Parts: sequence; structure tokens; C-alpha cells
Amino acid sequence: MIEVKQLKKHYGAFEAVKGVSFSVATGQACGFLGPNGAGKTTTMRVITGYMPATSGTVTVEGFDVFENSFEVRKRIGYLPEQPPLYLEMRVTAYLDHVARLKGVPRARIAEQRDRVISECALEKMAGRLCGHLSKGYRQRVGLAQALIHDPQVLILDEPTIGLDPAQIIEIRELIRSLATERTVILSTHILPEVAQICQKVVIINEGRVALEAEMAELTRDGSLEDEYLKYVSGEAHALEPAAGSPVEDGPDA
Amino acid sequence: MRNALHIAWRDIRSVFVSPIAYVVLTGFVLLAGWFFFNLLGQFNRYVASYASIPNYDSSWLNLNDAVLAPLIQNLGVVLLIVIPMTTMRSFAEERSVGTYELLFTSPVRVAEIVAGKFLAGVFLVTSMVGLSLMYPAILLWFGNPEPGLVFSGYLGLWLTAVSFVAIGNFTSSLTSNQIIAAVAGIVLLLLLFVINWAAEGAAEPWRSVLLYLSVTENLTGLVRGVIDTRNLVYFGSLIGVFLFLTHRAVESARWK
Repeated sequence: MIEVKQLKKHYGAFEAVKGVSFSVATGQACGFLGPNGAGKTTTMRVITGYMPATSGTVTVEGFDVFENSFEVRKRIGYLPEQPPLYLEMRVTAYLDHVARLKGVPRARIAEQRDRVISECALEKMAGRLCGHLSKGYRQRVGLAQALIHDPQVLILDEPTIGLDPAQIIEIRELIRSLATERTVILSTHILPEVAQICQKVVIINEGRVALEAEMAELTRDGSLEDEYLKYVSGEAHALEPAAGSPVEDGPDA
Repeated sequence: MRNALHIAWRDIRSVFVSPIAYVVLTGFVLLAGWFFFNLLGQFNRYVASYASIPNYDSSWLNLNDAVLAPLIQNLGVVLLIVIPMTTMRSFAEERSVGTYELLFTSPVRVAEIVAGKFLAGVFLVTSMVGLSLMYPAILLWFGNPEPGLVFSGYLGLWLTAVSFVAIGNFTSSLTSNQIIAAVAGIVLLLLLFVINWAAEGAAEPWRSVLLYLSVTENLTGLVRGVIDTRNLVYFGSLIGVFLFLTHRAVESARWK
């Protein structure tokens, strides 16, 4: 469960996020869409506790990101836009290191590492140096480190970028299966991916929520592409209340 | 604290699986060997020429004052250049590579990260200083230097090295550019090394302050064999202040 309320983030004088509110329920995968520079990565960085918000609140599994940062961090798996790999480490050593940082009990580290290696189909690469891996494999190691502590919440910033078509299908399957018991936020520019994996869509544009809706509602009248373009281009700021979830912020918020 | 050790261990491994550690250690030991060889040669020439003068008081001509003291002072200057180059990666590289995001979204305190990075740096400089102990060991084996002076001098050199790690890590925490981190570190260390130059012309309260702030003055005290609490407090506070500043720099960068 993730709840974002009136989130604002300024970088100096620049307002990257101008009052974003949305929520994602447990067991739901939420597609997080928007043009480049809309504030997606910033929002995700605040949710993960990487940086504090200028104002507004974020709660993850009932814990406030700012007040109970450690409780939130223990429950979140995060794949940043650039997979956070130590290039001079071997894949297994790297995953063990991340497991220790995330507080996985020592006795369970090997077991968890082997689990994520098989989930992300990294068996053949386990002994390689991270720096010698292709982009697709680096992305998979990035996903593996996000899963290593079996988190309740997953924040994935463009997880399928750089993968080949077969890998994309595998990773989508994996995310879909993970989402059944967890909360997932998936940022991507590939709209069909969202349509396949996600039950919910949040579109943000210029630092504001342009749309928060259930996937079923949204695709009833047209394709996701049409809806996306409607909310992102030109007069995109108009905000339609989504079914079932009262939206608190208007264009002036 | 466990997390600090995990972070330190990872950093140490990353330095020792790459050629970095070996290049640094070899270079340092090689330079130390060159200093040692030449100081010893000079010592031999002095002994030979002064021995021929009858009734000459040659008490100043001993291994501690003529070989060990200048060796340690020279190694201090080498550390001043080498240490910022080994610490420049500590924070700057993690920022530019993106692993910063992993560290700061893990349940790890900023203090643990700063301590981990510091411990890793301390490990490397302790290996450097430790390896160069082979030269005093040669003196102890074949000659008769005062062992107490070897100890206090090396304690001074090690404390200097550890303080330099704290300062180098601080400049690395300010930037994602490793070259900027290294150059800023060297400049800061060099300033601390020569800050006592201004003491000569300064009026009294400032004279003492400038002298006390200088690494050279404090190292010299220990090299002479005087283990004064003033010197230990100096190095202790240097380390403490820069660890604190690093902590602040890392924390404040997240709020910008």
C-alpha cells in the first residue's frame, strides 16, 4: 500500500513536483506514466526515501517515509533508472552485499541470492563481473537486487529498458506474478507493457497528476495510447476524478 | 555498526581486486626505499668524514635524527599527494555510477556509510604505513636506533595518514567528480601542512593558533619522540571534525 498526498519537491527554485497525490493498493501494479521530465523519477525517489519531500506526505505500508524511513526502506525494493551496480564485483558477491545492506539475516542470504538469480534468469552470469555484462543483464541484476529482501513494495524505473524481446516477456511475467501479493509502481514509456501488467494507471505531466484511473475503466472507451496523448498533450491539466478514489488536487493545487 | 563494516569490507575488496591497491602500495614503498637509501648513504658519508676529526662531539649523528626523522617527514609529504587520490573515489564514484541510490534507499544510517568509507581508507593507509616499516626494521636489525622513537614517529605518520583519509573523504563527499575531489583534497592538505609559515610574522594569539593548526608541527613533535597529548588531541580532532563535516555534506546533499 502506497499513499502519496500533496507531494511537492523543489530543486532550488525549480519545482519538479507540484502537489502530487495518488494511492496504490496492495496487490496492485500501478503504471506510472508521463513525458520525460514530468517528475516521475523525483516522485519515486521520494517514495523510496532517497530524498526528502519539500512538503506533503508519503506512507508506505502504513509507515511515513520521513518519520519511519528505515521501516519503509526495509519494505521497498527499488530499481533506479540506472541499475546501481558495482562494476568490479561479481554478480553473486554483489547480490550478497546488497542482501547484507538490506538487513537479510546472514543465514538466509545464500538462499535469497539463489532465489533472485533464478527468478531473474541470471544463472549463467552469476560468476561474471557486473562490468562485463550487457545492458540487458545489468538491468536484470538491478531487478534482482531490488527483490533480494523479498520486499512488499516494488518501485521499478523502466525495468525492461535494454532487454531483448524474449527477456522483456520473461520480466513482464515476473513482475506480473510479483504484483499479485505486493504493491508495484512501474514507470515506463512502453504503453502496451502497462496495459499488460498493470491494474491501475497514474499519468503525471509537468509535476502534476493528469490522470489516476483503473485500467479497466480507462481502456473501456479507447486505447491507452489515445488516453495518454489526451492527458499529456496541450490542455492536459484537466483532471478527471478516477472511479473509487477521490482526487484531492486540482490544477491549482 | 555492522553496516559500516559491510561497507568498509566492500570498499576494501574493490580496491584490492583492482590494480589500485598494488600500484599505490608499490609506489609508496618504492619512494620510501629511495628516501631511505639516500638518507642512509648520506649518514654513512657524514660518519666517515666526522670520524676523522679528533674530539668531535658527534652525538647528533645518530640513526634516529639523521635517517628516521627525515624519512618520516618525507613520507608525510608523499601521503599528502597519494591519499587524496585513493580517497577521491569514496563518495564521488558512488554518486556518478548510481550506487548512491542503492546506499541511500537501504536501511543504513548516513553515519554508518561515512564510518564504513573511513574504515576502508584507514585499512589502505595502514597497509601503506605498515609496509614502509620494513626500513626502520632494517635499521633495528643492523643498527641501534632508539625503538621508542621509531614507535612515536610511526604513530605520528599513521595519525597523519588517518587524518588525511578523513579530509580526502570529505572532499569526495562534496562532488561527483573524482578529479575535483582529489585536487581539492591535495590543496586542503597542503594548506594544513604549511599553515605554520604564516606564524613567523603573526602576533601572539594567532602565532600559537597557526602553529597548532599545522600538521607539520604536530608530526614533528611525535617524530622527536615526545608523545604529547596536545598532538594526539590535534589529530583526534582533525579526524572528528572532518568525519562530522562529511556526515553533514552527505546529509545536506539529499535536501537540495
